[in-house]
Amino acid sequence: MTATGVGVQPLVLRGVRPYGEGGPVDLLLRDGVIAELGPAVDGTGARVVDAGGLVALPGFVDLHTHLREPGREDTETIATGSAAAALGGYTAVFAMANTDPVADTAVVVEHVWRRGREVGLVDVHPVGAVTVGLRGERLAELGAMAASAAGVRMFSDDGRCVGDPLLMRRALEYSTALDAVIAQHAEDHRLTDGAQAHEGEVAARLGLTGWPAAAEESIIARDCLLARDAGARLHVCHVSTAGSAELLRWFRANGVRVTAEVTPHHLLLDHERLPGFDPVYKVNPPLRAPDDVQALRRALADGVIDCVATDHAPHAPQDKDCEWSAARPGMLGLQTALSVVVQTMVRTGMLDWRGVAAVLSERPAAVAGLTDQGRPLEVGEPANLVLVDPQATWTVRGADLASLSGNTPYEAMLLPATVVTTVLRGRVTTAEGEVLQ
Amino acid sequence: MRHLLAAAELDRDTAVELMDTADKLKQALLGREVRKLPTLRGRTVITMFYENSTRTRVSFEIAGKWMSADVVNVSASGSSVGKGESLRDTALTLEAAGADCLVVRHPASGAAHRMAGWLPATSVVNAGDGTHEHPTQALLDALTLRERFGGGSSALEGRRVGIVGDLLHSRVARSNMHLLRLLGAEVVLVAPPTLVPPGIERWAPGATVSHELDAELPALDAVMMLRVQAERISGPAGPGGGRGAFFPSAREYSIGYGLNAARLGLLPEHAVVLHPGPMVRGMEIASSVADSPRAAITAQVRNGVHVRMAVLYYLLGGSESPA
Repeated sequence: MTATGVGVQPLVLRGVRPYGEGGPVDLLLRDGVIAELGPAVDGTGARVVDAGGLVALPGFVDLHTHLREPGREDTETIATGSAAAALGGYTAVFAMANTDPVADTAVVVEHVWRRGREVGLVDVHPVGAVTVGLRGERLAELGAMAASAAGVRMFSDDGRCVGDPLLMRRALEYSTALDAVIAQHAEDHRLTDGAQAHEGEVAARLGLTGWPAAAEESIIARDCLLARDAGARLHVCHVSTAGSAELLRWFRANGVRVTAEVTPHHLLLDHERLPGFDPVYKVNPPLRAPDDVQALRRALADGVIDCVATDHAPHAPQDKDCEWSAARPGMLGLQTALSVVVQTMVRTGMLDWRGVAAVLSERPAAVAGLTDQGRPLEVGEPANLVLVDPQATWTVRGADLASLSGNTPYEAMLLPATVVTTVLRGRVTTAEGEVLQ
Repeated sequence: MRHLLAAAELDRDTAVELMDTADKLKQALLGREVRKLPTLRGRTVITMFYENSTRTRVSFEIAGKWMSADVVNVSASGSSVGKGESLRDTALTLEAAGADCLVVRHPASGAAHRMAGWLPATSVVNAGDGTHEHPTQALLDALTLRERFGGGSSALEGRRVGIVGDLLHSRVARSNMHLLRLLGAEVVLVAPPTLVPPGIERWAPGATVSHELDAELPALDAVMMLRVQAERISGPAGPGGGRGAFFPSAREYSIGYGLNAARLGLLPEHAVVLHPGPMVRGMEIASSVADSPRAAITAQVRNGVHVRMAVLYYLLGGSESPA
């Protein structure tokens, strides 16, 4: 483990193009920081890697990951999830609180944080639960979690919505003293009772109970108003509808401190995948209509949605290889996020590489208040970065992914762009698809 | 075709062939003292019912037996299903035990599709999956209407068929919407707005939606009444409860959408009344209507056996003549 990067052999990356801009340059990484940047950097005493043709970006930050440890170590562990993250170009991930036990105390969040440090492939930041046991009844000890070694600054009951408006108001107000953000899973559970799929023509035809867009949008509107009055910071998890994007646009324009994320799968897939009833496509919020997908892409491109977060959700085969209504919602995302963003945003001309750096690294780091991630690729900055081959393509195979689970919705899909190397504080964590321990 | 999973996946020729085969089987049995054909001797049909059902399970069982298949019935309560075995393991077990065909009724939409994907060799017949489809019901309904109307394979062409009631939760309605339109009928869907599936104009193009039963009846050639389940009427609506009631009361529903004697009078003389059963007499259909000669409800049950014989023959019979 290298918490600081000091003592790691210096590394020269030759011929990279930061943000895919300008001519190729060399990067010298030493003592965990970018020590030099320019043409023909002196590599004496350093390991030199030919990185010609590769794009350098700041290491990715995932605000929304399910690492399943503690509780479901048969589906993912902090070690395997960290490996998947590093292979996907991530240098920091936020581990959601819906573990067993729930991450609603300082003890549990410190455990997750320590395990992340021991594995050392990626910075694992635990997300603390907003309410005790995610039950939506009373506030968890947000202050104790914030003051713990894990330094929690993001709280969420993800998987469940903090439905009680008074409790949500209190959480938002309380969080302002901690300089924390409340990340809401926006779903009015009264409107989604028994819901199995996006409420629309596909679910209706297939006889699947609908999950209406209004169940998400009404909570977003309510929470934005509560955040406005509390002067608090609200983050909206996995925004999935065109209406949500419009609400966010309006509230942001009116000064509410709200940020938002969109998942890769909501940028690429829609409810037309559902006929056939394969639960690999079952996710919450559900895959929406093609119009929603287009609206989410536009909202991401113009900054109304800040960032892409994976909602990486590993599940055991028996929890997916069953009838639709019995299956658990969620899909893998860490190793495919970059490629899906390239496919949906870069190939369509909606984002350039500078934009990719913003949505996968800089803005999520800012949302979470990280000061050592999502930094510019400049001399003196932390050496957290990823090298991407923009020309390569690859075919997704769930069995080949580092996750303990295989529930990828992109099986057999040919996707653009590969992560060649990920560097955490000057140390190479993955190279050519292999994890370096 | 190895499976019968959904009316939406049928083409017109196959649907007509299944109905014609059902007719042939019916004729073949009419003259016989012993109602048994040797066609599926040595074939094993297993029915798997994860929901209570009398008519559909019995109908499939009789259909198999009249064709000399060995029929085994598995119900969720009396099997390893009760011990928490997965649907996949149960399906693979029954295939390994020798099933040539699994007939499945399951509360989850898509369950039959999943089973078809898991089984390398066995035919799957969907006997009702959640609120999705019930294709043999649609086939027997179409066969019943064809008999009443007369006119062979184009009997439903241009006919106007009303489907009335809980469209949102009805697999019978979904299968019928697809098959009736496939056979050239016009479909009129009548229900309170809370029981109309979203976006229906896009996934069932040509079908029209109405909330006024009285206005539709005079132009219908047939009306199909759907059962309204008790939990849709009085379901709890408080926090943590179910999905709540979809209309205010049984009485109000019956006044707006029940087929009573007065409404029967609004139908043309030739119009046929169908009900997939089980009926809630006095709710969606009055006893006098259900027992009137206009109703074809027992004919539906009889045709159900012949349609299911035709389906089993089509999936398992190979090239032999059906009868």
